[in-house]
Amino acid sequence: MAVRRLHSEQPATFEFTPDNLAWANETIAKFPEGKQASAVISLLWRAQEQHAGWLPEPAIRYVGDMLGMPYIRVYEIATFYTMFQLAPVGVVAHFQICGTTPCMLRGSEDLIAVCKSRISHEPHQLSADGKFSWEEVECLGVCANAPMVQVWKDTYEDLTPALFEQVINQFAADTPPTPGSQIGRKASSPEGGLTSLTDPALYSGGNKN
Amino acid sequence: MLADKDRIFTNIYGLHDVSLKGAMARGQWDGTKQILEFGHDEIIERVKASGLRGRGGAGFPTGLKWSFMPKEDPRPSYLVVNADESEPGSCKDREILRHDPHTLVEGCLIASFAMRAHACYVYFRGEYIREREAFQRAVDEAYEAGLIGKNNKNGWDFDLYVAHGAGAYICGEETALLESLEGKKGQPRMKPPFPAGSGLYGAPTTVNNVESIAVTPTILRRGAEWFAGLGIPNNTGTKLFQISGHVERPCVVEEEMGIPMRELLERHAGGVRGGWDNLLAVIPGGSSVPCLGTDMCQDITMDFDSLQKAKSGLGTAAVIVMDKSTDIIKAIGRLSYFYKHESCGQCTPCREGTGWMWRVMQRLERGEAEKHEIDMLFDVTKQVEGHTICALGDAAAWPIQGLIRNFRHVIEERIDAAQAARIAAE
Repeated sequence: MAVRRLHSEQPATFEFTPDNLAWANETIAKFPEGKQASAVISLLWRAQEQHAGWLPEPAIRYVGDMLGMPYIRVYEIATFYTMFQLAPVGVVAHFQICGTTPCMLRGSEDLIAVCKSRISHEPHQLSADGKFSWEEVECLGVCANAPMVQVWKDTYEDLTPALFEQVINQFAADTPPTPGSQIGRKASSPEGGLTSLTDPALYSGGNKN
Repeated sequence: MLADKDRIFTNIYGLHDVSLKGAMARGQWDGTKQILEFGHDEIIERVKASGLRGRGGAGFPTGLKWSFMPKEDPRPSYLVVNADESEPGSCKDREILRHDPHTLVEGCLIASFAMRAHACYVYFRGEYIREREAFQRAVDEAYEAGLIGKNNKNGWDFDLYVAHGAGAYICGEETALLESLEGKKGQPRMKPPFPAGSGLYGAPTTVNNVESIAVTPTILRRGAEWFAGLGIPNNTGTKLFQISGHVERPCVVEEEMGIPMRELLERHAGGVRGGWDNLLAVIPGGSSVPCLGTDMCQDITMDFDSLQKAKSGLGTAAVIVMDKSTDIIKAIGRLSYFYKHESCGQCTPCREGTGWMWRVMQRLERGEAEKHEIDMLFDVTKQVEGHTICALGDAAAWPIQGLIRNFRHVIEERIDAAQAARIAAE
């Protein structure tokens, strides 16, 4: 468990853009009548995306009103689930470095060292120009492509400190790198050549799967 | 070695067309209507006969689990698919979801039909955003093609919805997942009642892992005997293995259950970095299962029963390999930190115990401890284990138990070295 608190400075109001509002109503409709609360995580997540990557307190109340939930129940969700950023993050990129054992074994500590020297000494602190921030996160489920980082929706995999520096440079130059493996391998296939799925009969249309 | 013709996931690396058209060309959605015509109970019988055991970690027989669902009930029934893949080392469902999503869409329809459910929710971990988008595209394609939805071609009204979390390992526990899906904190429920009696919204619910559901269409198409003929008795079929850590070429690969660990690593992952003799330890089934020392890795096979006999487990078949350069205390200690971070805080032994165990692990890593504390730590893991609502407490205890069982000498040497250094400094 981690202690998570709302940021000391908050905007006065929050409301969804018309597009996000329409999307929110569709999302609520996925769940049975009377079970609108099921949409709470999705709506808070969309609010965070709309608000420069962090979740402000007025958005918690806004979503609560929309779903007919007591504010405290929504607050509880916002503080329980660690992907909700409760304070501002870098506007260009917030780097989430996976630090759990499979990534650690392949060098994630070196990536964290890069963050400390390039972005800010402490996690969750903005870089001097406000463009970047970072944090160490728990296993992101990309273990066969370790070590890796996630930025917004995408993952950057098979990193070394030098490759990670390149990734940061490309974000800084406003030309984000291509997501996925940074050494050019396809997804989680073994580097250097397939050891399975090489029979052309699988792909000639006659396969009975 | 598993022949390509017997692999269920033929686009696991995304090298081929992911769309419905591509999936159909690879044999998916072939004769789905005929499968449903077997009838609800016959499908369950065939899944039972295939020997399929749940692929999420516990290895409970899938067909048997389905049979617990009520046949007549005024409440709606639900299938919930657990796509909250978060067990450190595990990254297999990700590849199904983004590269072979139609195996799961079709599986959801068939499994829901078998359990008389007209609605299914697939719950993604929050971080799998691109995976969720890819899966949603497959769902949309299936709706457009009339394969699912109201009055679909397959003859069973069926809606499939995508939902997600936002960063909480505990939501991979089935009842925590249901809480989260209802819009609450992901804190596990007491069982009983089991989800089949009272699950999502208090209605009959079965929660299955992605891989368990995604393999069922192929099992029913090719026959239970085909699946049961692969692997070894009581551990049948194929399995997605995830190989990470100190191997030459980490990868995800589908293989037969019961493949020897050494063969798995050497055939698909280029072997242990620096050669087999450079191996220190393997965590064979994701972070929760105890590690194995080299002597045990030599001949062990990758299946539920043999790994359980070796006091470890197949878990999610996430194989984390550590070579001799590894600080094994630190590697396991990092897992202790993980469990401390992910404890939901509901049960005291876990809330307090995970933090306590992590702090002791940090001292052991530095050698700043007394040897009797090793036994005390082991004893505390036994106090946590089995005394919590869900298995997170157990999962936090087992890696430490495995460390102490297999590497006690390393911990003691570290303590001796630190003491010698202290004396020398005085």
